Amino acid sequence: MAITTTKSAFWKGFRDGAPFMLVSGPFGLLFGVLAVEAGLIVPEAMVFSLSVFAGSAQFTALQLMQENAPLVIILISALAVNLRVAMYSASLTPYLGDAPLWQRACAAYLTVDQSYALSIVQFETHPQMTLPQRMAYFFGTNGCVAPCWMLATFVGALVGAQIPASWGLDFVLPLAFLAMIGPMLRTPAHVIACFTAILTALPATALPYNLGLIVAGLVGMMAGAQAEVWIEKRRENRVFAKDTA
Amino acid sequence: MTQAPDQALLWTIIIGLALGSFALRFAFIGLMGGRTMPPWLMRHLRYTAVAIIPALVAPLVAWPTPTGGTPSLPHIAVATAVFALGYLSRNVLIAMGGGAAGFLVLFLFVG
Repeated sequence: MAITTTKSAFWKGFRDGAPFMLVSGPFGLLFGVLAVEAGLIVPEAMVFSLSVFAGSAQFTALQLMQENAPLVIILISALAVNLRVAMYSASLTPYLGDAPLWQRACAAYLTVDQSYALSIVQFETHPQMTLPQRMAYFFGTNGCVAPCWMLATFVGALVGAQIPASWGLDFVLPLAFLAMIGPMLRTPAHVIACFTAILTALPATALPYNLGLIVAGLVGMMAGAQAEVWIEKRRENRVFAKDTA
Repeated sequence: MTQAPDQALLWTIIIGLALGSFALRFAFIGLMGGRTMPPWLMRHLRYTAVAIIPALVAPLVAWPTPTGGTPSLPHIAVATAVFALGYLSRNVLIAMGGGAAGFLVLFLFVG
């Protein structure tokens, strides 16, 4: 269906976003369960999910809290995991940047993997959309995902209190993170960043104050950025060689 | 269930993360407007998630909590399988399903 009004743009976003409940549902559920396992009570877990609204950052903070990492390390690490949403926000700015401030503030809060991925494709393929239509579409993509995330956290926290410690849920979080990483490795540079970070992280656990995480993260980022430069240069050289041949 | 975390620490983390992650998202769409960031910074930012998350996970897999930190072949094998599944399928849902199955395997056979 073509988008003709602001309202239809919202519902198009709503329908496009609906399948993502299958992702945010289990994630929210898991966060609720693990938050209770970590000793949080249900309202605390809810406020956490509502105010932060960023799954992988929340998981990171939870994990480091259990490792008794210092506050600064917890905050820096969790926010670093969230830097990608800052990039999403930067990439949406050409499409949404002229909206009123309060709308941009709401959009900033709702910038997550799903809303970004859907919106950027929609905006690029439908350049004729007006600004209000774009904003409506963006909010629509969160129509299911955001409430689903909150509800799932709530249910997870309620259920989590009933789960015996003997189930060894401790290993679920690493598995959930591992499931997230695979699909993120879109280019050889991403793969290099990932494996450099892993190789650095293991010996770096010897560093005090959980600093190893930050060090390994930075080394991985630098490796990824450097690899990107190399790969681009090689491609340019190949094109150049072809042109001159 | 583990002991409740220190309340002051917990709320500092929640409020700090809430403000921090909002600021990160708002900085661009809200304040930057049409200005662009230097390419070298964007190039590094592109790899934050794929570097920080593996760096967080690697020690958890190498020295798993359920075994009390002793390296365990089943844990490493299941972790590798889940990662490979996600990488090959490029699908978070399939990878998460694999993760759930992997956890079940560990729960049933390793405890």
